[in-house]
Amino acid sequence: MPTVDIEASPRIGAIRGLARVLPFAGRDTFGLVAGMGISLISSGLALGIPIALEALVDGPLRGNDPSLVWPAVGLIAVLGLFEALFIYLRRVTVLTPGTRIDSRIRNAMYDHLQNLPVSFHDKWQSGQLLSRAHTDVSLIRRWVSFGVVMLVGNSIAIVLGIGILFTWSPTLAILFLICSIPMFVFGSRFRNRFAGLSRAAQDQWGDVATSVEESVHGIRVLRSFGRGGDSLSRFAERASHGRQLEVVKGNARATLGFWLVWIPDFALAACLLVGVWLASEGDLTTGQLFAFFATAAVLASPIESVGYLLALTLEAQSGLDRIYEIFDRENTITSPAAPIVPVRSAGSLVFDDVHYRHEGGDGPVRDVLNGVSLEILPGETMAVVGATGSGKTVLTALPARLYDVTSGRILLDGVDIRDMSLDTLRTRIAMAFEDATLFSDTVRNNVLLGRHDLVSAPESDSDAVLSQALSIAEAEFVYDLPDGVDTVIGEQGLSLSGGQRQRLALARAIAAAPEVLVLDDPLSALDVETEARVEAALRKVLSTTTALVVAHRPSTVMLADRVALLDKGRIAAVGTHSELLATSAVYRHLISSLSDEPIDVDDEGSVA
Amino acid sequence: MNTTGVAGEDRQDFTTRENKAIRARSIALLGLLVRPHRARFGWTAVMVVASTAAQVAGPLLIAWGIDVGLPAAVDRGNFTPILFIVAAFIATGICAAGFLASYTRLSISMSQDILVALRRRIFKHTQRLSLEFHERYTSGRIIARQTSDIDTLGELLSGGLSNLVAGLLFLVFTAVALVSIDPQSGIALAVALIPIVAVTLWFSNASRREFRASRIYSTRLIIQFVESMTGIRAVKAFRREALDRETYAAKVEDYREATRRTIHVFGIYDPALKVIGTLTVAAVLLLGSFRVIEGTLEVGALLAVVLYTRRFFGPIENLAMFYNSFQSASSALEKISGFLEERPSVVEPLNPEPFDATKGNIVATDVSFAYSAGNPVLPTFSLEIAGGQTVALVGATGAGKSTLAKLIARFYDPTDGAITIDGRDLTTIGDADFRRAVTLVTQEAYLFTGSIADNIRLGKTDATDDEVVAAARAVGAHDFITALPDGYDTDVNKRGSRISAGQRQLVSFCRAFIANPRVLILDEATASLDIPSERLIQSALQKLLTNRTAIIIAHRLSTVAIADRVLVMDHGVIVEDGPTEELLRGSGRFSTLHRAWRESLA
Repeated sequence: MPTVDIEASPRIGAIRGLARVLPFAGRDTFGLVAGMGISLISSGLALGIPIALEALVDGPLRGNDPSLVWPAVGLIAVLGLFEALFIYLRRVTVLTPGTRIDSRIRNAMYDHLQNLPVSFHDKWQSGQLLSRAHTDVSLIRRWVSFGVVMLVGNSIAIVLGIGILFTWSPTLAILFLICSIPMFVFGSRFRNRFAGLSRAAQDQWGDVATSVEESVHGIRVLRSFGRGGDSLSRFAERASHGRQLEVVKGNARATLGFWLVWIPDFALAACLLVGVWLASEGDLTTGQLFAFFATAAVLASPIESVGYLLALTLEAQSGLDRIYEIFDRENTITSPAAPIVPVRSAGSLVFDDVHYRHEGGDGPVRDVLNGVSLEILPGETMAVVGATGSGKTVLTALPARLYDVTSGRILLDGVDIRDMSLDTLRTRIAMAFEDATLFSDTVRNNVLLGRHDLVSAPESDSDAVLSQALSIAEAEFVYDLPDGVDTVIGEQGLSLSGGQRQRLALARAIAAAPEVLVLDDPLSALDVETEARVEAALRKVLSTTTALVVAHRPSTVMLADRVALLDKGRIAAVGTHSELLATSAVYRHLISSLSDEPIDVDDEGSVA
Repeated sequence: MNTTGVAGEDRQDFTTRENKAIRARSIALLGLLVRPHRARFGWTAVMVVASTAAQVAGPLLIAWGIDVGLPAAVDRGNFTPILFIVAAFIATGICAAGFLASYTRLSISMSQDILVALRRRIFKHTQRLSLEFHERYTSGRIIARQTSDIDTLGELLSGGLSNLVAGLLFLVFTAVALVSIDPQSGIALAVALIPIVAVTLWFSNASRREFRASRIYSTRLIIQFVESMTGIRAVKAFRREALDRETYAAKVEDYREATRRTIHVFGIYDPALKVIGTLTVAAVLLLGSFRVIEGTLEVGALLAVVLYTRRFFGPIENLAMFYNSFQSASSALEKISGFLEERPSVVEPLNPEPFDATKGNIVATDVSFAYSAGNPVLPTFSLEIAGGQTVALVGATGAGKSTLAKLIARFYDPTDGAITIDGRDLTTIGDADFRRAVTLVTQEAYLFTGSIADNIRLGKTDATDDEVVAAARAVGAHDFITALPDGYDTDVNKRGSRISAGQRQLVSFCRAFIANPRVLILDEATASLDIPSERLIQSALQKLLTNRTAIIIAHRLSTVAIADRVLVMDHGVIVEDGPTEELLRGSGRFSTLHRAWRESLA
């Protein structure tokens, strides 16, 4: 049985939950309150029916007066019809506000998640996020537009009903109340237990969603190694744990349900006995006894529904906790209040004693970047060479502020990038990543991703940019796709080869026409011939654009004016390719692949 | 139009016939899921009957109390009848509540078992479906099937089934009890059934339409959400936040409107039933009152009749709620059953003979491959790779090298012709045996949540720690792994973000190394490595590949250093084929390519 930290579970409840929903309610709060009011009216009408019944039994029926039967029954019918009308009105009144609050939370959540830094997303799988942004939000909608309204309506109905019981017979009503006290005990016991369970279950289903996500994104690996079965059993294990939690939750609800049905029944039995005794003493009329039980019958369903509503409230509560865990995450990478726009837009990029350490990476872990200082002149192409794991990828992510430096600073055209607005910064700097992230959209939209200015421009303008970028990146293969540049490529471009994806990602960075291009090993998946052609075309672009290029191969290094050697988180040397070859043993080791190649048929070009 | 599989997933405008077919498919799936639980379902029903019977007895006992117990006590001072009645009332209360709690427990564990079975089924099917399918069906859709669709079904199963049984039984019991007390009132009830059926038919059609729309919009929402979150770097770097927010908001609005409509339809249906209920109660009351005045009906009987009539409409509302969640769930089941209807194009044989690759001899005979007819990616070719040979596959991007590799790794099946390994057709070999014999390492080195060691063990699940470390040492990954905060136990986080692409490729090599297959296919598996790492891997490969068949695709022609043979491909055709030395000395494409490559290194 899963262990649940009950102590950690928040106390009720409905009020605190409402306070957290209200920021998203706006003017729809009125609709919700109106809905509660209407729900009260319909409950009131439902309670009026037994009163009318009593009048009928004690009046016309006792008095044998047929003439009064019609009006009495008519009254009951009208009360019932109004009850139905108000039920309809309640639903309609609450409907739009409820769904609107739902939408607002969804949008706010998506917006917030998009703004949270990459370091946040490194730690949170999208399955976990989805379960919060989708499943939990739906739960909250149900609670707000149904749960809260019913909870308020039913509670008041119960109070009112008990009040009416008092008018029929105070003795019986008090008896009924006393007998009902154990319900509160069981209710609060349930609350303590269920809150923790519901949180645990929601987290578990988030993990299950993550398993699904990974099994699809990593399907090639699973297929290659024939590990579908293992991933299935891991998934099944997670899902069974979720099942287990749901069963425990269900059992808690069943137990509460038992008391919520039996205790009122027991109370009624006591009332029946005492009621008959009171009637035998002449303290109660038959009509009053009749009405007492008719009223009590109306109360049974709101009392029973408390169990469901309480559970819903607790689930919504832990859903809100989960959502607020995201909302409470602060976006650490933001535009400054008064952004500076660099006067020049030449594209000089300076790293000044830059340190970077992964979040939470304290203790003995060294900084990934440990004091990088590097100046890239306007229009210059700087290659970065370093061993696997030397921090090259982090270095490329810093100028566009995908991560922020831990200490030190980066200047673009003389301005600290943290003093610029993110929009300005990211317009001036474009990137191509080592994983070519493509979206399930048309080739056109993928390549023109950074060109918001072209969204509403005439197609001829965007076509010009598109075809130029595609031609530089040697990505003309897209014209052979079924719908040319309007072909929808699958998610992450899965139907394209690695080289094709890489060229599209490169075309995207070029199409953005930035001042500074940051390319993380942009040609690794290209064959030699294509690479040579891309390089020739890139050189033209790079002659006017500042560029930071991570390189593993000499051919990529050849694109650069200068090369920076990154070693153990520091810039060990800067110079031209031949300078570094001559002076740095580390560099030679990293970049010269022919040194110990066995089939070295002729010795030209070897730099052993 | 086609509605088989996932084809009609985004449509809302089905013809009556299509509707029927889709519904039949969903119901069949539901039946399949519920069937193994027939016994428990039966027990649940029994307990529901017992609990319902006990609950129905309640008003009857109160009526008796007033009609029999009260006069006895008031007129004769005899409390024995009322004491009996109260005792019976308490007993039935315990039964009602006890059986209610038991069937709630039973139905929850049953519905959760059904859901887990369905999750497993979808997951398994996802893994079985061919890559061709996954290339066009996005991960977001599969996640939507596994999350929001399953949740919807869960709502039906956990609350709905017992609602249905309880509701139906309650209805029957109440009707029987009512008729037995007062047949005339039964007639009123029978008349009321006519409008009930009419509004239910209306609701059925309207809600099916709305729920279907709501499923479609919810899936779209999930697709965009998942893509934005997995591609967050690109979203940020290219400042897509604002535009994405707009498109997301538009999808949220579509979904909101669809949800609003589904709730609204029920919002009409539910009070409509209430109206019918009220009018019926009024009719029963009217008929009864006159008879009470005439003296042909007891007041207690009238009370019981009125209570029963009211109670009759209680379960009808339960049934309405059941029907509502049934409609919602069946629109989800439509999507799930469609997904499950997709047939993998690469099928594992039934009852395959065991297979153990001995030599790793690969023969392709008259093989061709096309994604769609008339558009061959690989025109007909034949190829023989002797066991133990290391073959380099060379050619421009898009020449068909990866496709050839995927055919041999059985990610796809040939359109025509056959591929054999050690004389066995690939299509006759069981998946487990085949994957043990042939492993493909691709450029996308995906890491799963878990530790580095877990990720390496993907190659061999029962590998010892020593084996894992040995593999990492062999491919040169040991140093970077031990430098991580927790060494081999370091959690790789989401998609291995803290681990660079080069490091991921090293881990992926460890997997291949530890898997130790007879045939190893490397598709650009070293593209992101720096030269020293690549060199290390080359030497590790040389040791690993003695006596093993290997097919290596690499743009860096340093790979040919370890190849016995080179195949040059161009536009899907093998244009050169020969021993490495021979081709190098010749004047063909390969020697030109190799020269160009060497120059690029200068």
